[in-house]
Amino acid sequence: MTYMKKPSVRHPDLPKNELGLTRRDYEGLVSTLCAGCGHDSISAAIIEACFELDLPAHRLAKLSGIGCSSKTPTYFLNRSHGFNSVHGRMPSIATGANLANRDLIYLGVSGDGDTASIGLGQFCHAVRRRINMVYIVENNGTYGLTKGQFSATNDKVSQSKKGEANLFEAFDLCTLAIQLGAGFVGRGFSGDKGQLVPLIKAALRYNGFAFLDIISPCVTFNDHEASTKSYGYVRAHNEAMDRLDFVPKLQEITAQYEEGETTSVPMHDGSMMRLHKLDKDYDPRDADNALAILRKRYERGQVVTGLLYVDDDEADLHELLNTTKEPMNAVPMSELCPGSGELEKINKDFR
Amino acid sequence: MKRSFDFVIKFANVNGSGSASANLLFAKSLFRMGLGVVPKNIFPSNIQGLPTWYEVRVTQAGRTARRDGVDIMVAMNAQTYSQDIAEITAGGYLMYDSSLPRPFSRKDITILGMPIARMCAEVYERPRERQLFKNVVYVGALTALLDMDFDVVKQAVYDRFDGKDHLIGPNIKALEMGREYALKNFDCPLPIRVKPGKGDKDRIMVTGNEAAALGCVYAGATVAAWYPITPSTSLAEAFERHAKRLRVDKDGKRQVAVIQAEDELAAIGMVIGAGWNGVRAFTSTSGPGISLMSEFMGLAYFAEVPLVLFDVQRGGPSTGMPTRTQQSDITTCAYASHGDTKQVLLFPADPKECFDLTVEAFDLAERLQTPVIVMSDLDIGMNEWVTKPLEWDDARAHDRGKVMDAEMLDRVEYFGRYWDVDGDGIPYRTLPGTHPSKGAFFTRGSSHDNFATYTEDGEVNAENLDRLTRKFATAANFMPKPVIRKSGRSSKLGIINFGSTEPAVREACELLAREGYKLNTMRLRAFPFGKQVTRFADQHERIFVVEQNRDAQMRSLLMTEAGIPGEKLVPVLNYDGMPLTAEWVKNQIEAVIETDKSVAAAMQLSMRAM
Ligand SMILES: Cc1ncc(C[n+]2csc(CCOP(=O)(O)OP(=O)(O)O)c2C)c(N)n1
Ligand code: SF4
Ligand SMILES: [Mg+2]
Repeated sequence: MTYMKKPSVRHPDLPKNELGLTRRDYEGLVSTLCAGCGHDSISAAIIEACFELDLPAHRLAKLSGIGCSSKTPTYFLNRSHGFNSVHGRMPSIATGANLANRDLIYLGVSGDGDTASIGLGQFCHAVRRRINMVYIVENNGTYGLTKGQFSATNDKVSQSKKGEANLFEAFDLCTLAIQLGAGFVGRGFSGDKGQLVPLIKAALRYNGFAFLDIISPCVTFNDHEASTKSYGYVRAHNEAMDRLDFVPKLQEITAQYEEGETTSVPMHDGSMMRLHKLDKDYDPRDADNALAILRKRYERGQVVTGLLYVDDDEADLHELLNTTKEPMNAVPMSELCPGSGELEKINKDFR
Repeated sequence: MKRSFDFVIKFANVNGSGSASANLLFAKSLFRMGLGVVPKNIFPSNIQGLPTWYEVRVTQAGRTARRDGVDIMVAMNAQTYSQDIAEITAGGYLMYDSSLPRPFSRKDITILGMPIARMCAEVYERPRERQLFKNVVYVGALTALLDMDFDVVKQAVYDRFDGKDHLIGPNIKALEMGREYALKNFDCPLPIRVKPGKGDKDRIMVTGNEAAALGCVYAGATVAAWYPITPSTSLAEAFERHAKRLRVDKDGKRQVAVIQAEDELAAIGMVIGAGWNGVRAFTSTSGPGISLMSEFMGLAYFAEVPLVLFDVQRGGPSTGMPTRTQQSDITTCAYASHGDTKQVLLFPADPKECFDLTVEAFDLAERLQTPVIVMSDLDIGMNEWVTKPLEWDDARAHDRGKVMDAEMLDRVEYFGRYWDVDGDGIPYRTLPGTHPSKGAFFTRGSSHDNFATYTEDGEVNAENLDRLTRKFATAANFMPKPVIRKSGRSSKLGIINFGSTEPAVREACELLAREGYKLNTMRLRAFPFGKQVTRFADQHERIFVVEQNRDAQMRSLLMTEAGIPGEKLVPVLNYDGMPLTAEWVKNQIEAVIETDKSVAAAMQLSMRAM
């Protein structure tokens, strides 16, 4: 029932952010997903993150493919332009949009079917091109919208609801993203908002390709006993590598951590990410180490979460292409069109 | 023997042997002498080793069509000797490398043997040079045989190697070697020779892809995404080359982004993303790429995102003949994508029009908020054509269409992305980031209402589809008009053609007129068709539709979309992959006039009316 608009009654006491906006101002239409769907919790976390970051929502563009997950941009940030594209092709839309205007924040939302199957190629190339965007996969190990087929991220040991065995090994999208050179790679769980909101905030502030694989149980098709993408399984096997605090620009760092266990990652806009290590093996700036941890813990049946890898200083596509600092869509035609004199010179070369 | 100034010379070479540059030098020199030159590159889908041909028709200025028959064959590829020799018209000439002398059985042609390999071996040290300069040596010989202005040829060498001065000397040397050999050993000039034209000097020689790329620069395109495919590759590459030079801001940064995408799906996706976000963006491809782009073409049509797509057509189906020309993507492009999708098509007929219609395409795409496909082909795209110089009017403003900025949004109560405010089917759009609280909408390929909100209400969806039909009708009014040429006012016979068939059709009309057959012609330049098209059909009893595909695709489109009765439209079809010749067009039409009673009756009608 997407045509149903939410009543916009304003509570006078709703807290406001720096822009004078309430959480309501970051919401979208009423969700039409199944009650309890993990995807809705991720939408809520995105709303929270944007509110807390004081983001002007219209300076953000939401992009998605096709799937239950890809529908969610309708359910948050009503003041943002959105683009619900075709199945598996959000990365190319994001690439083109980003080239046209480098000043907006691009938030891509996809599913595991959308990204790991039909869109795997475009996903890989978006990472390779270092698109400055946040790329979220709402990972439920299944094709929700087409009613429960296995996806390529469903673990081999994880059976379908009807008890069918899965014949194939899963792709681990975080492993893939790190290997392909994503500058910011994290994994979250839709059931852990405390961990998720700071991850999304940091990803939004990161300059470069920020990838978040968020385990997001599908209550209708993949939340049963034999599933490794169920609420129960993920809660029981969640291994958080770190606790993340996102510290906005100019704000004093108040949280106290043990010496040696905390590391700070400066963000592009002057804000700071504070990482509190929960696991002694872990070093977020060491890609090889992150890959090894992901593999080893996976073998033990654990779900590794947190900020897994970060490169403080990665060049994005615009830097690689040496494009103008101005948004391309703001360059006036008078600068783009070389005029008749130049064309006469060009004609001479054809004589 | 009778002198002839309209002849065809064909070079048979081995691909990768460096012949292309020498052959172009030959054609360019003739062009600079004021002659009509029609060079066609007949190349294999191969990098090195397979046979390749370069055919040049030398004619009076103004002619741009191929001609049947080969008067002079320069046979530099022993693999294809027998085939090449068989092609020479009686009374013609064969020039070949006689370093290894051969007997030839044909007695009706003159054999001009020149020991080219030996001559090069005596003068050049390195094997590569010996190979490369063989090509320049035969050009040198031709300058004497055909009575070409040698200074013009030398000047072409200076210009070609401007900045690489060390190459000028050896090239001139090779030219002179060939020329001297010919003067000493052959009866120069041949009866077939050039007559320096007083012809129109204000012409350029350029490929359609290069001209289209410049059109993109002048139209202000800033994002291009593409995937390599013959024959469209040189368009994207030319754009990148020109844009890198011309689009540099005050800090030395580029006001352009060219992405070589991972495939055609991604290429058009990027272009859609960019167009949605307010820049002018394009991609270029050929048949196989069109098939891949199809899903996205439907999204762009339905979500109403402007973009320009070049289809430089080649031989199909499937991988087909990648290095031959055809016009066989008409149906696929007109209806590119599933559901009720219709696309706007433009049909340039030469490089100059590639430039003009490209600029037009970007205006139309933004004005109509829809994809515009520029239907070029291998012949226009990759062959050098003699054409009028490219022109730009500095007073010309780019039409960016209906885009609402923050001020406009402040003035309206509410904004509906797909709301037909003006009644022309074209709604208003906003760009992301424009206004803090107004004008945001959710672009989607799923059914939507006027506010871009998802709907499963069948009536609302049908209304939207109807609006798109209205928009397409509006589009017909904006399209470039067809070019109509009347040879006999009252003629009841007509020809409809489009694109690269134009030179052959135009010349065929002259030939037919000489035989007393007067036909009016209409060259289509766009789909949707406008009123002129139906009017032309009404005025004629029988109309030949000349096109380069098997299934008479344009004829079908005219029947379905312009409502022209099929019996009026006589298909004239060629799909051998070669650019048409006037003789072929004339013979086809003549045969129908002489055998088909209904056509003959139409002919009679015209005669009486005259
Ligand atoms: C080209 C194409 N093929 C198939 C479909 C059908 N389809 C819609 S959603 C979907 C799978 C979505 O799975 P996922 O991305 O994991 O999203 P989820 O619903 O699980 O959130 C498929 C196969 C489509 N829309 N387009
Ligand atoms: S089917 Fe699964 S993924 Fe889709 S809305 Fe329902 S719970 Fe969510
Ligand atoms: Mg899924």
